[in-house]
Amino acid sequence: MVVSTQSKRFASLELDCGVTLAPVDVAYQTYGTLNPDRSNAILVMHAFSGDAHAAGVDAQTQQKGWWDSMIGPGRGFDTDQYFVICSNVLGGCRGTTGPGSINPVTGEIFAMTFPVITIGDMVRLQATLIESLGIEKLLSVAGGSMGGMQVLEWAARYPDRVASAIPIATTPRHSAQQIAFNEVGRQAIMADPDWSDGNYYGGKLPGRGLAVARMVGHITYMSDESMRQKFGRRQREDQGIFEVESYLRYRGSQFVDRFDANSYLYITKAMDLFDLAAGQQSLTAVLERSKTKFLVISFTSDWLYPSYQSQEVVSALRRRNQDVAYIELTSKYGHDAFLVEVEEQSEIVKGFLLRVTKGVNRR
Amino acid sequence: MTPANNNDPFVRDLLGRGDYAIFSEIVAPRTCVLDLGCGDGELLSWLADNKDVDARGVEMDGAKVQKAIAKGVSCYQGNIEECLADYPDHAFDYVILSQTLQEVRQPLQVLNDMLRVGRRALVAFPNFGHWRVRLAHLFTGRAPKTTRFPHDWFDSPNIHFFTIDDFEILAAREEWHIEKRVFLDGNREVKMLPNLLAETAVYLVRRHS
Repeated sequence: MVVSTQSKRFASLELDCGVTLAPVDVAYQTYGTLNPDRSNAILVMHAFSGDAHAAGVDAQTQQKGWWDSMIGPGRGFDTDQYFVICSNVLGGCRGTTGPGSINPVTGEIFAMTFPVITIGDMVRLQATLIESLGIEKLLSVAGGSMGGMQVLEWAARYPDRVASAIPIATTPRHSAQQIAFNEVGRQAIMADPDWSDGNYYGGKLPGRGLAVARMVGHITYMSDESMRQKFGRRQREDQGIFEVESYLRYRGSQFVDRFDANSYLYITKAMDLFDLAAGQQSLTAVLERSKTKFLVISFTSDWLYPSYQSQEVVSALRRRNQDVAYIELTSKYGHDAFLVEVEEQSEIVKGFLLRVTKGVNRR
Repeated sequence: MTPANNNDPFVRDLLGRGDYAIFSEIVAPRTCVLDLGCGDGELLSWLADNKDVDARGVEMDGAKVQKAIAKGVSCYQGNIEECLADYPDHAFDYVILSQTLQEVRQPLQVLNDMLRVGRRALVAFPNFGHWRVRLAHLFTGRAPKTTRFPHDWFDSPNIHFFTIDDFEILAAREEWHIEKRVFLDGNREVKMLPNLLAETAVYLVRRHS
């Protein structure tokens, strides 16, 4: 499956902070075919550092998508049956408007003049994209980590437009620990002299800061067990450093080539600000109007997004007797499990989507 | 599955289970059913396909939950005794508890919760008063082991050993209304002396309104 990224431009987007972005570009990819009654569309949402390239082989880079093992013919999100859409989030750096885009008012790059964005803003932009594709109601919204936050936001804000929701390894709000890790990443970037208050475009990139931020991130994505198995105390004879050091340095430097430091600041802030129940009495109240069927998945060794956070969502849904399936899958891969544990997730996602499809067709 | 004929003492089984066959006759079409300890969801899946019920399950064992969800059953991985408190009153038409009452720590609380979240409770349990259990105990002087209670005392999931009479006494004390009771020996229906002759009891219970 060879795919290429498409782009749409929308006249404007009103943000939660009160600022209006105009215009806004969205980069997205689609897989499979939209059926005649437009009832088989699934929006998949990427995690913090992902992009619109979720599946297939990119026509330009020849790279596989970040969830290619889950999306494709016969896979968990079966593109023989479903029309799958994935877009780069607002604030991103992979084709959708973000701090690295040109501010049409000044003709300069936004950099740190880019407005504060929220998970709600990201979802509102996705809703605009979905509408422009002629899709009134999504069969499902799915995603892990920050993608899962967007899933929850979709279900809460657009209950009539999502038949089902699959939030994976996610939370209704960041804990102090999650905010803390994000803050370390942000401080690493801002402490890099090359960051230059965000005005590094066209010059030397704050590569050291961004790499350190990414290294911290990667530690939180793994588990003690997976790190012991993957690296142990083995050393790289040629470099005289531990393998885990070598790995983190490699992932850090690789990240600099594909990610914008300012996007890192804005997107992690959006995650930290996210609180599904904000301004409401309870999570249950937030989901009051929802008839959406849920499949919630968490992983035993995920200490970054621990199961209790998913269970809080599940409890809130059960308190109003909403249709919610929940499983804590056994995995040693930590938070990375949602990208790695393909077999189990495929099986349950398939069964779940089949049931949702039956329900939609019955009505 | 063929529903049991009233004149036929042989109850046909559903998915290899006599109690499932009784459940399947009792559960009305297009109702909402919660199965506590639903395993891999085979009963719920059958009820969804054949009776068009809104089927929900609770199961502890992750491998079974995975199978249930893969079958298209809305299954929640969790503890029966902890999860019931979350559900609103009368959220379900039936709450099923099959062959598990003897394994829960607080059976009375579970039954009361079932009657709160469901309009009716469907309970099936093994009868510890069956003559084989009595004989095994009488003759060996040890914790009885039978085909129905195959475990050694030290690795048995069963932590309460009660009989049909015990259940009837509790139901009377709690003033539950028993709408239906079916007693089975294997897949055969027992009409006389159930406390002595039945291996399994199936009760349809509701609260007096």
